[in-house]
Amino acid sequence: MLTVNRVSVRYGDFAAVNDLSFRLEEGQWLMLAGPNGAGKSTMIETIAQGVPYTGGIQWEGTDIRSLKPAQLARRIGVLSQKNTVGYAYTVEEVVGLGRYAYKSGFFSGKDDGGKTQVERALELTGLTGLRRASMLTLSGGETQRVFLAQVFAQNPQVLILDEPANHLDLKYQQHIFSLIQDWLKQPGRAVLSVVHDLSLARRYGTHAVLMHHGKSVSQGKIGDVLTPDNLAHVYDMDVYAWMRDMLSQWE
Amino acid sequence: MKDARILKRERFTPLTYALLAAALLLTMIFCVCVGSVRISFSDTVTVVWRALWGMPVPQGTAKNIILNVRLPRVLCVTLSGAALSLCGAAMQGLLRNPLADGSTMGVSSGAALGAVIAMAAGFTLPGSNYGGVMVTAMAFAFGSLALILSLAFALDRSLATNSIILIGVIFTMFISSIISLIITFASDHTRSLAFWTLGSFSGVNYTQAGLLLLALAVCGGVIIGHNRELNAFAIGEDNARHIGVNVKRVKLVILIAVSMLIGVCVSVSGTVSFVGLVMPHIARMLVGPNHKRLLPASLFSGAIFLLLADLTARTLVSPIELSIGVVTSIVGAVAFVIIFYRTRKAG
Repeated sequence: MLTVNRVSVRYGDFAAVNDLSFRLEEGQWLMLAGPNGAGKSTMIETIAQGVPYTGGIQWEGTDIRSLKPAQLARRIGVLSQKNTVGYAYTVEEVVGLGRYAYKSGFFSGKDDGGKTQVERALELTGLTGLRRASMLTLSGGETQRVFLAQVFAQNPQVLILDEPANHLDLKYQQHIFSLIQDWLKQPGRAVLSVVHDLSLARRYGTHAVLMHHGKSVSQGKIGDVLTPDNLAHVYDMDVYAWMRDMLSQWE
Repeated sequence: MKDARILKRERFTPLTYALLAAALLLTMIFCVCVGSVRISFSDTVTVVWRALWGMPVPQGTAKNIILNVRLPRVLCVTLSGAALSLCGAAMQGLLRNPLADGSTMGVSSGAALGAVIAMAAGFTLPGSNYGGVMVTAMAFAFGSLALILSLAFALDRSLATNSIILIGVIFTMFISSIISLIITFASDHTRSLAFWTLGSFSGVNYTQAGLLLLALAVCGGVIIGHNRELNAFAIGEDNARHIGVNVKRVKLVILIAVSMLIGVCVSVSGTVSFVGLVMPHIARMLVGPNHKRLLPASLFSGAIFLLLADLTARTLVSPIELSIGVVTSIVGAVAFVIIFYRTRKAG
């Protein structure tokens, strides 16, 4: 569905993403993993056309730079890491904006099914009771759920998620990740996400790209990529020993 | 138990707009009636009604005062108030910045500089003495906005609130000193502009009201037509791009519309501060931040506020007329402090 071909993002002499290539196929949940500063979030913003880049990103063979913003939004939905709202919009108003791409012009027709998509998104994320709540009164986790609901309402074919577990307590982490896993079961869909928690990446991801200094160190099936050797190389520590140590405290 | 966080906006209906429109109409009639010469409500309505439908109007002082002085002035004030408030609401949404406004961001000062230069240099357009001032004011308004945003972008690529406001304030001070220099060294005629740069609707005519109406219909229509995009920007520019808004195009279109509208307003009345800053906040308290409701509410509230400010300016120490900018600045500054204090306290 999505092909990233030799993409580089530079800020002066610094290469945040350096000659990176990978493919996202239907049914895959591809995890972008790696330490801080590896270029994961920059890669996601690059696909969302938020930063200038060299190289190519294709949607089923078409360069996504040739797609109009609304066309791109109907294909790719992006959940950012940082979401704050400065004015007292209601939850429903923010989620409803997810339908913008289906009714973006002065002369665009009615958004058939838009209301149903918004209702379903509110229901899926457990926000129906808060639909008329002011965004200024929500906790970080609730705000994150609102923007996830907005992406669900957008009904894209590919979900791109930058740290979807940000601000979520354990219950909602499990709830949201299971939701995304169910969403992925529909044909013609795929997910690309940045997840710092390697256990979550291992549990839910089907494939991974392990990044370090803007480059791909390893990519393929999740079990083949998140190996002790690969992780020790990019994190500069024995990740498996650390995780075992953490888990042993609960035994 | 009902969640205390639930907002009660469902009470706001089209009837509220009808009430606002009625309040605006009554305020306009009141402002035509009141002045150094008092004219009765019935006389005012009769004269305006008959003139509107081309029927013969009884000759007399009332007719001259109403049709030649007060009515064009009230029309210009109404349209300017509506336009400035609409521009403030649009800029506050677009830049996600509650302090954004033509006056805080230097757009009004830029337009005033353009107007003063055009007047000092005697710049006119063929067939229209006033056209040169208006076009120059519009061009300078847009140029100022582009310059301020470029400087803010160079300082801070995220176009943070503080950077824009800081540069806007410095730019406004810089432009004000240039205007003072021009007025000081220019001819006697230009020196009379000192009063005009503080804002005044004295001596305005139906042509200017017509131009304001045209600008408000075109530029205001463009701004109101982009209410969904303004909501997306008010939530966040990255989010706007993610949901499919053509961020660069929309930003440019709205900034051009805002600059043109402010340029026309400044060319008619000079710089009138605080309308665009304060009235959108009051409208937001009434109808919430959704631009579908906020923009029309800002139009009405801005018009009513400026009508009352103009009435105060010309009647408070009558027969001396105060500058309207003085009235809006005093009232606006106090209102702004109260609004900000209440907002901070509430949340």
